[in-house]
Amino acid sequence: MSQYLLSTYAVEGGAASRAPGTPGEMAAFLERVVALEADMEASGTFVFGGALHGPDAATVARRSGGGLVMTDGPFVEAKEHVAGFYIINADDLDAALAWAGKVVDAISQPIEVRPFRATGRVRA
Amino acid sequence: MTPAVAAHGEAAGVERVFREVYGQAVATLIRFFGDITLAEDAVQEAFVVAADRWRSDGTPPNPAGWIVTTARNRAIDDLRRSARGQALREQLGAVAPASLVTGAEGEEEGGPVRDDQLRLIFTCCHPALRTEHRVALTLRLLGGLTVGEVARSFLVSEPAMAKRLVRAKYKIKAATIPYRVPEEPDLPARLSSVLSVLYLIYNTGLDGQERAPLRSEAIRLARALAELMPDEPEAAGLLALMLLSESRTAARTADGALVLLRDQDRAAWDAAMIEEGHAIVRACIRRRQPGPFQLQAAIQAVHCHADSFEATDWHQIVALYDHLFSVMPTPVVALNRAIAIAEIEGPDAALTTLDTIAPDLDSYHLMHAARGTLLRRLGRPDAARTAFARAAGLAPTEAERGFLARQLAELA
Repeated sequence: MSQYLLSTYAVEGGAASRAPGTPGEMAAFLERVVALEADMEASGTFVFGGALHGPDAATVARRSGGGLVMTDGPFVEAKEHVAGFYIINADDLDAALAWAGKVVDAISQPIEVRPFRATGRVRA
Repeated sequence: MTPAVAAHGEAAGVERVFREVYGQAVATLIRFFGDITLAEDAVQEAFVVAADRWRSDGTPPNPAGWIVTTARNRAIDDLRRSARGQALREQLGAVAPASLVTGAEGEEEGGPVRDDQLRLIFTCCHPALRTEHRVALTLRLLGGLTVGEVARSFLVSEPAMAKRLVRAKYKIKAATIPYRVPEEPDLPARLSSVLSVLYLIYNTGLDGQERAPLRSEAIRLARALAELMPDEPEAAGLLALMLLSESRTAARTADGALVLLRDQDRAAWDAAMIEEGHAIVRACIRRRQPGPFQLQAAIQAVHCHADSFEATDWHQIVALYDHLFSVMPTPVVALNRAIAIAEIEGPDAALTTLDTIAPDLDSYHLMHAARGTLLRRLGRPDAARTAFARAAGLAPTEAERGFLARQLAELA
């Protein structure tokens, strides 16, 4: 069994049409995501995942001269930033891509599929 | 040829066997060990052993089986000895030991080994790999070309090609790109990627004499694919398309310059290849599942059937292009259809059609060459010269540049 990160990106100032605009659209979007995650859960696919708050809420921490130095903002200053992700179990890339297709359909955004290598206590 | 094997030179037909069984042996070893690099190393070692052994003992009755068995034993020895083997054994867990213990003696002649090649070609041509990586992997792993040979075919340096192959193999391993023939509903799209890679290899082989070996390699792989997937008419269609195109290579150039279909010496066409291509096209037509490669093969079949350019059934060709355009609506298909229209409705009608698609193909030399030909027939030499000059500036091969230079000279 392999694990994969499925991540979606938001583009700063990107086409507003990409996000659900009206309350009705938002409700339909959430309904699709809940159904998708239930599917993932039931098939033993879901490991972890969810949405991230915006990059303005991020803090970078680094060790400097013995102290922990904090900087406001995301690590990478870019127009695109990770907006949400899932870690999933899948037999191989084809299985992961099949789930990727379902995620793309649910959230109407392109996603990146990347093999995840478990370390420490987190094991496949 | 690997350098190690080449050093043994003429030894006992190893070289001939190498091309034929390399891909098959690598594919089977990947099934045993689940590791591409390990399989490649083991097969290369086995060929080095073969170069020695076969010289003294003669070529064994089943060279492919001999290579697979020797490579497998070598790999098992390596695995037992090395730390890498330890890690690999743990990683493979319960999968590999069964194959390691029982081996595959009984199945080497039969289905599973043939299926290994099929699995491997789908791995090499996985759409998650970029196209140039698919091509490089296919030529290296299934075609048995050396890294240097693959590099020269695509005009990149050997270190750059080596890096490309390492990256591609890394992705296959890290992302767990599967080693199996995809099932419906993925099969059509995945097969189409395999067919495109093989056709790209063939077409690259048309660009210059030094790349000619790519054509025979592409035909060999297409033939293997058509045999392995008898239920897929598009695989047969690709083989027929290659054979019918290949049948005309001897007539396609004269003194290093391109000769148009119109002016080719049809007696120089390869009758055996045409016969085989025609038989495949007829079988495809009976199956009534047309696809892009079958339709392109059918168009080539009509050309090859005609005793002269004038005797060509142009109505049939335009009808086939119409059908092709309905399943593959690309500007290049539209261009070829326009060129065929010139033979029925005349150059005026063809030019009108061509000008509607010209903006999409402004950087394509064959569009400008076709325009030049039509403009010359319409008695507009100045416009024709401009078009031919444009084509000459864009043409990728010496033969095409030679042809276009002659057109310009004739118009001057």
